[in-house]
Amino acid sequence: MRETFLRVTEEILDADPDVAVVLADISAAQLAGAARRHPDRVINVGIREQLLVSAGAGLALAGLRPIVHTFPSFLVERAFEQIKLDFSHQEVGGVLVSYGASYDMSAEGRTHQSPGDVALIDSLPGWTVHVPGHASEARRLLLESIPGDGRVYLRLSAQANASPHLGVGFTRLRFGSSGVVVAVGPVLDRVLRACAGLDVTVLYASTIRPFDAAGLRSAVLSASPSVVLVEPYLAGTSAYWVSEALSDLPHRVKSLGVRRDVEVRTYGGIADHDLAHGLDAGSLRLSIKDFLGK
Amino acid sequence: MTTATEPGYAELPRLISLMTGDDKHHAAAESTVDVLWVLYDRVLDVTPSNFRSPDRDRFLLSKGHGPMAYYAVLTVKGFLDEAELPTWSNALSRLGHHPDRRRVPGVEISSGSLGHGLPIALGTALGLRARGLTSKVVTLIGDAELDEGSNHEAIVVAARSGLENLTTVVIDNRSSTRGWPGGIARRFEVEGWETRTVSGRDHPALYSAFTAPHPGRPLAVVAVVEPKG
Repeated sequence: MRETFLRVTEEILDADPDVAVVLADISAAQLAGAARRHPDRVINVGIREQLLVSAGAGLALAGLRPIVHTFPSFLVERAFEQIKLDFSHQEVGGVLVSYGASYDMSAEGRTHQSPGDVALIDSLPGWTVHVPGHASEARRLLLESIPGDGRVYLRLSAQANASPHLGVGFTRLRFGSSGVVVAVGPVLDRVLRACAGLDVTVLYASTIRPFDAAGLRSAVLSASPSVVLVEPYLAGTSAYWVSEALSDLPHRVKSLGVRRDVEVRTYGGIADHDLAHGLDAGSLRLSIKDFLGK
Repeated sequence: MTTATEPGYAELPRLISLMTGDDKHHAAAESTVDVLWVLYDRVLDVTPSNFRSPDRDRFLLSKGHGPMAYYAVLTVKGFLDEAELPTWSNALSRLGHHPDRRRVPGVEISSGSLGHGLPIALGTALGLRARGLTSKVVTLIGDAELDEGSNHEAIVVAARSGLENLTTVVIDNRSSTRGWPGGIARRFEVEGWETRTVSGRDHPALYSAFTAPHPGRPLAVVAVVEPKG
């Protein structure tokens, strides 16, 4: 997904003189060729993430479309006030692209893990949030983010599904009657395995903001008002939007995702972290069956 | 100094006095008034008629507190109507204790939290250069605002990028808690900025500091005013 992002970014830079990329060392080596061809529009500020974000906003004020990129812990968490003020409060647009997700860099420890990024972005109004589950989705979502002046957060991950789903909003991948399981981005294949043989509807989205309330509501009305939300970042990040979408219906919600109750201090691989957070297929199946009373 | 006789400048104290109710910010407002006047009167090519033009000069007020002098200068220069000034900071007013670019004509950035203007200005200067525009970008910060580390990130990168179109003016009223041994200009100079330290009350000196050439390098003007009392 990261390689796809870098390749498509080069294509965009070559094609569109109004796009600039801002980096803080991360991915600068891979974009060195683009930087030679477009020295004014590929800007590496070094290890300076506050400046990374503010400079992106400044480029937008000068009329360019900035792509601002680094790991999510540094892009969103370290420089959050710059996102809040220099993009949102100034009302300028940009495309923030992170790579690393909640625990892609599993052996690096907590400093390189960012399960709270989407929740932080979600505290600001009007952002589009893409969580692609496949490189082809990432390519399409990046290309779609370039026109206009919206504020976009594109969250890339090392985890991916076997095949892309290029629908818009919630796509219904399975029909069932006893509940609606919502899978966001890279958790989809695990969710489908977890739901094998269960009588549930499975919805998939790679764009989680704006939240497709109508899609969820329609699925719930034709299944049952028991919703399991499976997100690859902080558990319950979208729970507010689920309850808003169903506010006039008695409903039940189970939020699965990166756990909130403890800081997991394990190193190891991504699969170890999936297990620790209950986001592997086996744990998901147990949680879903338990919630639905199966 | 012969500043008090310039047309328009003499209006500023009266316009500032139309905005009341914020004594805490009063000294800061006065510390910027001469720099703001010289910039808008003689240095910057920005007017109400070219404000939407991509090749206008930009002024980014980073030190957003105490904007009364700023609003007064914008009024003299035709961005704001004098009748609006007495509404300062009331619920229906566009004029708050920190300026809002979405509400106040002529304001390039919304400020308040310190340490944002210079990093944004760097991005804008890079963007204008990428678009082949030669407009100036001037940002105003305070000597205490320079405490914020984000400024130092921008100071390094602006110089390495040779951003001749970027000017930072530091209003020095010695309000930084930990101070700047050796002077503020050195923080810029060591990274490769052209630096000029002048009286923040001397209009001809400010004008010449802002306008003398500094090829290939960004410019830092340290405007020294009375210590904050």
